[in-house]
This record gives sequence, structure tokens and C-alpha cells, in this order.
Amino acid sequence: MSTKQNISLFNRKLAAQAVKDSFIKLNPALMIKNPVIFIVAIGSFLTTLVVIIGIFQGNFSSFNLNIAIWLWFTVLFANFSEAIAEGRGKAQADSLRKNRTQTMARKMAGKQEVLINATELKKGDVVVCEAGDVIPSDGEVIEGIASVDESAITGESAPVIRESGGDRSAVTGGTKVISDQIFIRITSEPGNTFIDRMIALVEGAKRQKTPNEIALSILISGLTIIFLLAVATLPAFFSYSLAASGLPESQNLTLPVLIALLVCLIPTTIGGLLSAIGISGMDRLLQRNVIATSGRAIEAAGDVDVLLLDKTGTITLGNRMATNFIPVEGVTVEELADAAQLSSLSDETPEGRSIVVLAKDQFNIRGREVHQLNATFIPFTAQSKMSGVDFKSEDGVVHQIRKGSSEAIRTFIHNNNGFYTQQTHNIVSELAKQGATPLVVAEDNRVLGVIHLKDIVKGGIKQRFAELRKMGIKTVMITGDNHLTAAAIAAEAGVDDFMAEATPEDKLRRIREEQANGHLVGMIGDGTNDAPALAQADIGIAMNTGTQAAREAGNMVDLDSNPTKLIEVVEVGKQLLMTRGALTTFSIANDVAKYFAIIPAIALSLYAGKSGIGPLSALNIMHLGSPQSAILSAVIFNAIIIVMLIPLALKGVKYKPVSANAALTRNLVIYGFGGIIAPFIGIKLIDILINM
Amino acid sequence: MTTQDFIQIILFFALLIGLTPLLGNFMFKVFTGSKHIMSPVFGWLEKLTYRSSGIDPDEETNWKSYTFSLLMFNFIGFLFVFLIQLFQAQLPLNPANLPNVSWHSAFNTSVSFMTNTNWQGYSGETTLSYFVQMIGLTVQNFVSAATGIAVLLALIRGLARKTTDKLGNFWTDLTRSTLYVLLPLSIIFAVVLVGQGVVQNFKSYDTVQTLQGASQVIPMGPAASQIAIKQLGTNGGGFFNANSAHPFENPTPFSNFLEMLAILLIPAALTFTYGKMVGSTRQGWTIFKAMLILLVLGLVISLYAEYSTNPIFGNLHLMEGKETRLGITNSVLWSTATTAASNGSVNAMHDSLSPLTGMVAMINLMLGEIIFGGVGAGLYGMVIFIIITVFIAGLMVGRTPEYLGKKIQKFEVQMAIIAVLAPNIVILLFAAWASVSAPGLASLNNSGPHGLSEILYAYASAAGNNGSAFAGLNANTVFYNLTIAIGMMIGRFGIIIPVMAIAGSMGMKKITPSSAGTFHTDNWLFIGLLIAVILIVGGLTHFPALSLGPIVEHLLMNNGITF
Repeated sequence: MSTKQNISLFNRKLAAQAVKDSFIKLNPALMIKNPVIFIVAIGSFLTTLVVIIGIFQGNFSSFNLNIAIWLWFTVLFANFSEAIAEGRGKAQADSLRKNRTQTMARKMAGKQEVLINATELKKGDVVVCEAGDVIPSDGEVIEGIASVDESAITGESAPVIRESGGDRSAVTGGTKVISDQIFIRITSEPGNTFIDRMIALVEGAKRQKTPNEIALSILISGLTIIFLLAVATLPAFFSYSLAASGLPESQNLTLPVLIALLVCLIPTTIGGLLSAIGISGMDRLLQRNVIATSGRAIEAAGDVDVLLLDKTGTITLGNRMATNFIPVEGVTVEELADAAQLSSLSDETPEGRSIVVLAKDQFNIRGREVHQLNATFIPFTAQSKMSGVDFKSEDGVVHQIRKGSSEAIRTFIHNNNGFYTQQTHNIVSELAKQGATPLVVAEDNRVLGVIHLKDIVKGGIKQRFAELRKMGIKTVMITGDNHLTAAAIAAEAGVDDFMAEATPEDKLRRIREEQANGHLVGMIGDGTNDAPALAQADIGIAMNTGTQAAREAGNMVDLDSNPTKLIEVVEVGKQLLMTRGALTTFSIANDVAKYFAIIPAIALSLYAGKSGIGPLSALNIMHLGSPQSAILSAVIFNAIIIVMLIPLALKGVKYKPVSANAALTRNLVIYGFGGIIAPFIGIKLIDILINM
Repeated sequence: MTTQDFIQIILFFALLIGLTPLLGNFMFKVFTGSKHIMSPVFGWLEKLTYRSSGIDPDEETNWKSYTFSLLMFNFIGFLFVFLIQLFQAQLPLNPANLPNVSWHSAFNTSVSFMTNTNWQGYSGETTLSYFVQMIGLTVQNFVSAATGIAVLLALIRGLARKTTDKLGNFWTDLTRSTLYVLLPLSIIFAVVLVGQGVVQNFKSYDTVQTLQGASQVIPMGPAASQIAIKQLGTNGGGFFNANSAHPFENPTPFSNFLEMLAILLIPAALTFTYGKMVGSTRQGWTIFKAMLILLVLGLVISLYAEYSTNPIFGNLHLMEGKETRLGITNSVLWSTATTAASNGSVNAMHDSLSPLTGMVAMINLMLGEIIFGGVGAGLYGMVIFIIITVFIAGLMVGRTPEYLGKKIQKFEVQMAIIAVLAPNIVILLFAAWASVSAPGLASLNNSGPHGLSEILYAYASAAGNNGSAFAGLNANTVFYNLTIAIGMMIGRFGIIIPVMAIAGSMGMKKITPSSAGTFHTDNWLFIGLLIAVILIVGGLTHFPALSLGPIVEHLLMNNGITF
């Protein structure tokens, strides 16, 4: 599911488009948004000017030309990284949007139906959709019930029910009604549907930078200013040193050399890739079928340290299952199982079916047809709180078998003049203490025993929570169950905390409390009554099956409506931030080697005396061929490292659920030490190639 | 090096480490307003100060009014020192009948003492009267150090508190740090120094017959009281021109040892106070360790360079310009400590250090005076680097960066960048200007890379508010007096204002509780990271200039060429 929309990293069509876009992005109005790369572009322009002026003055320098070419490549590579990330994101989103563009909408004008273009729909319009119609825009069902094929956005082929009122009223543009008729009130302005917003988040030009991204660009711009100062003051120090060495001022540093030094020092790697990292983070969310409605949300996802998780669906399988039959004294377990199965034959609830299955598995009691037994099924009602069968035995006596809560069965027994034993009471309270739901089975005036109904904790979820704990994330289970039951399940699933008998107000209060204590809270929800909590949470993921209110309140929508998605979203957020940090560290660490390439090259003649080789050549620890090849190698390395890191920027650094310290150590070794060493090797290799 | 040298170095650091928690804990009590051993002694004076100046000591203010009070106070201090220099001939306590000071020198000196730099373009005994030295300079020695502490305290409160704009009361912080910390320590220290032979009198200068029969003027004055605070308050401005190389400032090996220890004492102890005030002494020790490692690193390189022998000096150690009474180890330990700690007092001439030792001193200045650094100033400067480190590396744990539970966002990064930029602008732009302009070059006594080092050192010293000089440079000219004064102001307030802004913004934030997912800033990994960021950012900024100064000089010296 999560990989279905994976687009290979360098799809040929995307790459061709991205190459084209890299040139379009040379537009200064667009470039200025990325100050670091903008400075490189200015440098490239000035160097090109120097080359052209040189040609006219008859002293063409191939060295300057080479510098100019590679500086332009640096700019283009940075643009390319953004373009390719954008292309991938758009391809992802376009596949979602495709269906909608040619859709016609049947708008209701009073009682009249008017056919208009889907894109002309406004918020508040009402449209009608019948079997076969594509729903024209996001909206809410206000009348009717229909089955809807949402495979266009979720990839899930089974149709889902959408009906007015209740928690299943939201519909998404682009999905298809396959039966019945519904009236839909449009809830989004044209161009502002979820998918439109998502597309805006992956389009570089329109994209709003996220808060951390802004802070990081300020940092790298600040570093750029520092290096600009260091480079701009160098000619003065050089001038002094030339005079002291008895050399003419004409040997001072040329503009192309200064620009080359500057470009090598400023953090072009992270500057060039920053935007691609952000876009591809969005893209990775989309691959997991989650639509974020703000860029801020994905960063907050990395910061979330408290997760509120609904018990049902996230921690436990949806339904309780019978796991054991506990007979009372004088009743065999087979008798109890037989009676329990009999009472459940017509019970279509998951609990009922699990009883039939358990009896069959444990005692090989086959299911029988109710009507063959002359039996009538007594369904569960809110008043009686029990269900069962009435059947005539061979002697013609009518027997009543009932199963239900202990309270209901006690009343039932008393009404039949029976006696509810202390033993039954003990079994019931013992099971309740374990967090299970006891279901008492009775026949006429006596209790046969108790069925042990249990919440089944999802496989692997405990492991998952342990990982989250290691990452410093606290999990809180939310359930409507009573305290005892909730405590037992919480212990079994390994959550850190739980809220029993939780109401939506409780949830909202809990989120506020956690936030007041400085925590960032993530939650996932679907109902209208979840909306305030979803809005309050730092990360509120609304399920796509949920109500429109919930979807508007949250800052992400999970198209798969899978409650465990919350955990994946947190991982995507963390991976995004890690990638940013890793590439920033790498970029800054790179500078060390570049100094050792360029400083000895430019200062070779200083204090040289007659030999022509000055003392600073001792800093040429890489033994680069010539001053010119040294400078050029550094510039080339600086350019191609951007291209080489594009896959990393797009895929993100390898992510493992480990503690902060372990993650830091790992990333530091790879990107910190790696960042110091890699350019020494890279520049040396390029230098060897140039001098061949 | 001899065994005694090693014993002395070990003893020095052992005492520094041992005194840090003692004094740090005392200062914690002072600054949080708890009872402490000095409250019975000076408590009445504190109360009297508040009552006479109409200050409510418990009334806290936001960062803007805190900063405004601080700037006003400093400005008035500057104006006072400036004016009394211009009119010292008309003022009392001037037994040597020294004339009024030139406007540019007076301007430079008053900025210098206000900013805790104590750059001295003048020569104390031939320029300033006892009145100016005592009422002007010594007072500034106290209050400029107290100003540094006040800024640090506001920053700490911003970090430790949550969702508040109240950062404390500048006047209370100023009064307490002066009355309870600087004053008692200085009194004790001054008495000890007098016991060692440092002069403290109001006598006129003596004229004596030397053994050769020449006559020599022996300057006098209230030296001990100023020396105590110039060492303790990381001021560094000597009573005499030769600073602590003068036998009346630093008469014995014991006074030398104590004066060296005094340089680092308060900045080191403040790291402990910091830890206590932010609620984790580990955080304080982490900073202490990072500073100590950088200091020792510099010391080892310096000692190596000084003890290396070179054929052009006849295979002898470089003794020229060293404090011959005390030897190389004591000269180098002092030069490292005084440049690391933004003190700037000297007991040997830095101009005569070997190129690498001189470079270490210069790097200590250029990194922004954060290796213990100035009183208060070193630590808040270090916090700026911590913010940058946390921002770069913190992302690698997969959370947006936070320090002590506070999120580091756009505003903090902006301010941190300004604080890093301010001193570097001074060093690079002014040094570049001086190295190509006639008035800049006219003051040089040495040629070649050594001359460039002198210029670089002067502006690095100004920007770092250190105040030591590479000598060899005649800085008492209009050009140098003015550019250095401007440099000192930018280096001081270009950091204080952004730091205060950070304090204000941090105070408004919530505190995210620490967990396994938190980027820890109190372990060895972080220490390593912090040091790496400091060296890479600082190093990358200044490597080009350094390579044309001390590095090339060192290489040339190995080839037998000196300047």
C-alpha cells in the first residue's frame, strides 16, 4: 500500500522536466529566495563577465572560463535538486488530482439541477451525485446514503459507505459513487481542496518555507556573510603581504579566484538541497497516503513527544474475542461451550461469532442451524442487555439460554426464581480484574458459567511502543472502558499511560495539560466530537473516513484511515529533520579540506624569495598538482557533491527508532567525520583527473 | 620543562577546578537572593544602596528595560571617565602633575574601561593621575565586570524560567555582584598582594640613584587595589605600563600564581552558578569542561612552541621579552589564560612570543573570548555558540533544536548570528583597513607577517574586549584610538544586545521536558561537538588572515627568517 505510488528516483521523464526547470529557475526573482545559491549565481555572473572582458582585451583565461562554467553548474545542480523533488511531489499529487479536472458537477439551484464544471464550484454549493458520478469536490453528505469507491485516493478497492449525519459524512473530490444517490454540500473553495493544498506544499515556487527551514536558512545565510567578510578582506591582507614579500600589487588575488574561494566556503551543499529536503519530506508523507495541509505540521511531527492513541483499532483489534469458557461447579466445560455456542448461532456480532468459533476449535462442537432446532433467536437489546435462544427440547419444554453482562443475567436468574451463586460472582470479578469482559451464560434458572471475552492486542504493537519509548515518545491509550479493564490492556500493550472512560472533553483537557507542561501532542481521530482535540493537538491526523469537521480540524488527513499511521507520520517528521541536520553538518565540515586546497594555492608566491615557492605551500597537505588545478578541483567538488547528495536529500537519511544519543552519534560519525574526510579524497581525485 | 613546571601547572588547574564549585555555589546564593556568609557583612550596604537610589530590588523588568538600564548606566560611566581625563590637571590627587589627556586617547580609554576591555593606548604612570585611576578606572573595573554578570544573569533567567517576560532587575544584579562578589574578593586579594610587596600609597614618584649612578624615577600609587580587581574582573588594565611584568604589580612567584588564578576564577566559577541556576549542575560542568579543554589545548601548543629550540636562536629557548624572573612556563601559562579569559593583563610581552604561541593567544581572542572569557561575558558568549551548535547538530536527532527544553527558532538564530558576526566584522574590516592604509601602517614597529599579526592582534583584542596588546604597535594615534574604541563598543554591545534579546525570547517559551528523544547537552558527545563547532566556525573565519600572519611567520622561522 505504502509503496504503490513510489516513483523511481530518477524517472527519465521527470529528470528531463527537471533539467528544463533548472534553467527556468535561473530567474533572479526565484533565485533570491535562496540567498546562498543566489550569491553563487552572482559570482557566476561576475566570473563570466571577467571572462568576456578578457576575450575583448585579448587575454583570454581558460582557467577563469573553467571556474565560470563550474560555478554555473553549481547553481544549476542546486536548481535541479529542487526541480526533481518538486517533479516527484507533483507527479504524486497529480495522480490524485487527475480525476477531477474534467469532472462535471450537477449543482442544485433550488430544485433545479444545473450542469457546471467542477472547478467552478464554491463553498456551500450543493451537488447531487448518483451511481457512476465522480464526486466533484470535497464535501459533506447532507442527505442520503451511498457506497463510494475511494480507490482513486486510497488505492483501496473495497467501496465504503458514506451517509448524512454521523461520523461517515465526508467525501473527497475525485472519488466515485457506485450506488444510490447522495446530496453533498461542498466544503472547500475552488483550488483549496486538500489535494490542492498538498500540491502547493510540494511546488517550490509557491511553497511556504516551514519555520525550522526558515531558521536554518538564516543560519546558513549568516555563515555566508561571515565567509563573505573573510574573503572580502583577504585582498587587503594580501596586499600587505605582497608588499612585505617585495612582490607587485598586480599579483593580488583576481576576482574569479576570490569568488571561487567564497563559493567553496559558503554552505552551498545544504543551501542547494534545503528546498529539495523539505519537498521530499512532503512527498514521503504522500507516499504513505497522508495529506498534510500545512508544512509546519510535518516538522511538528518530528517534535511530538506524547501520542494519544485510541485503544480500538490502534492498540487492539477492533473486536473482543472469546478466549476461554469457565464453567461453574456441577457443569462441564463442554456443556457450557455447547450452550454458549447455541446462544450465539444467530448472533452476527464479532463477539458472537468468536464464541461459535472457539467452541468449534476447543471441543469440536459443530455449528447448527437455528431453525432445525426449533429455536428462536432472541437478539440483544439495549434494555435486556443480553441475547440468546429459546428452544423446545424433545420433551416439549421450552428452554431459555441467555448470555449477557453479569447484571443482566442476575436479573434474568432472579426472575426465573433461580440463585445467582457467589462462585459466579467471583469468576466475574476475577476476569474484570484481568481487563477482560466476562459474559455470563445461563440456562433457565441457573448459571452455567462465564465466557472470557478479551481485547486482542495487535501483534507487534508492544515492540512498537518500546521503540517509541526509546525515541522519547510517551504513549497514552484512550478508551471508553472502565479503569480496571483499561489498566490491564494498557499493561499488556505496554503503553506508558492510559485514560479510562475518556470523553472527548477529557481528551481535549489532557492535550491542553500536556501542552502546558511543554509537550507536543499528536493524535488521530475521526468523529465530529474529536474535532476540538484534533485542532488543539500539535499533530492532528483526521481519518479520511471521518467527518468533514474532523478533517478540517486536523492538520493532516490519513487517506487509509489507519490509526497506527500516527507513528509513521512521526517517523517521517523525524527523518526530515535529521536529513536537514546531517546535510548541514556535512556542508560545514567540508570547508576544512577546501581551505587546505585553496589557501596554499593562492599564497604560493608570498615570502617565496628566489625559489618562487613560498612557505605556505607546506599547507598543501593533499599535494595538489598546481595552484590552478587545486582551486578548480575544490570548485568542481563543491558542485558535484550537490548532485551526489540529491538521492540522499530525496530519500532522507537512514532512519532507525533509537534514542537521541544513538541517532546523534551515528549521524555525526557519517556526516560529521565523513564531511571532513570526503572532500580531502574527492578534491585529490579530481585534481589527479585534471592533471592527467 | 622541569618537574616544577609540571607541578605548578597541575596545581594551578587543580585549584581552579576545586574553587569553581565553592565560589560558584556562593554566587548562586548571592544572585538568587538567598542568605549567604556575606549578607551580615554588607547586607546593610545593599539595603542602603536601594533606599538611597529609590530602587525596589524585587521589581523585575523585561529584557528591553533591563537592557536600557544597562546601556544608560554604561553610558554615564563612560561620560564620567571621559570628562575627568580631559580635566585631570584641574582635579586633585595628581602629585606627578600630569597634564590633561588628549581627546582621542581619553575617548579610547573611557570606552576601553566601560567595555571591560582595558585596552591601554596610554602608559599609566606617565598619563593618568591617581584620581582618574581610582575614581575613574578602578570603579569601571568593578562595574564593567558586574555589567557582564548582570547580562549573564538575565540570560540564565530567560533560559530557566518559562512563559514570562521578567528577567530580573538590572540594579539589583549590579549591586549584588559588586557588593558581595567583586568587592570582598578584591579586598582580600589586595591585602594579600600588599603582603607580597605590591605598592599601595598616595606618595609622589621617588627619584633614586641607580648602581650605575644614573637617576631613575620610581612610580608609586594605589596599585594593589586596582590590580586585585583588574585580575578578578577580567579587566586587565595595569596600573603601570608594564602591567604585571612590573615588579610593583607582580613582585613574587606567589603573587604571580595568585594573579594568574584570579584571571580565571570568577569566569570558571560562573559556569557552576549557571548550572545551579538552570537546574542542572551537569550543564554547568559541561561548559566548564569544554572551556577547560580548549584552554589546555592552547596551552599545550604554546608550551610546545616555546620549548622548541631553533638554530637561529642558538638552540636556546626564546627568552627575549619573557618574564625572566618567572620563566617560560609562567609566561606562557599567563599569556594563554589572559587571552582566553578576556583579561588582557600580561606578565610577558606577547609581541615576543614565538609565532605559534602568539597565534594561540590570537585565536583565543578571535574565537570571541569564550574560553572562560570575560566575567559573565565569556559564558554568555559561549551560550551563543551552544545555540549555534544545538541548531546545527540538534536536528540530527530528529527534533527541531532545543536547549534546556527551549526551542531554538528563527529569532534566536538571527540574534546568535548577529552576536557572532559583530566581533568578526571588527577584526576583519578594521584589520584589513589598517593593513593597507597609511595611518595604519605608520604605527608598525615590525615588518613582514609579524607586522600583520600586530594589527590583527590589536583589533582581535578590541573586539574580544580583551585589552592585551601585541605591543610593537604604537596604538596611541588618532587612527588606532578611534578604530579600536569603535571596535570595543561593537565587540561589547554587539553581543550584549542580541544576548539580551535571546534572553527575552527564551523566557517567553515553554520548557519541553527532557526525554530519551531529547538532544542532550550535558555529555561528552556534546562537549566534543561544541568544541568542533567553535573551532570550525572560528577557525574558518580567521584561517586566511592567520595563515598570512603567524602561520607563515612560523614557517619562515623554521626556514631561518625572522622579523
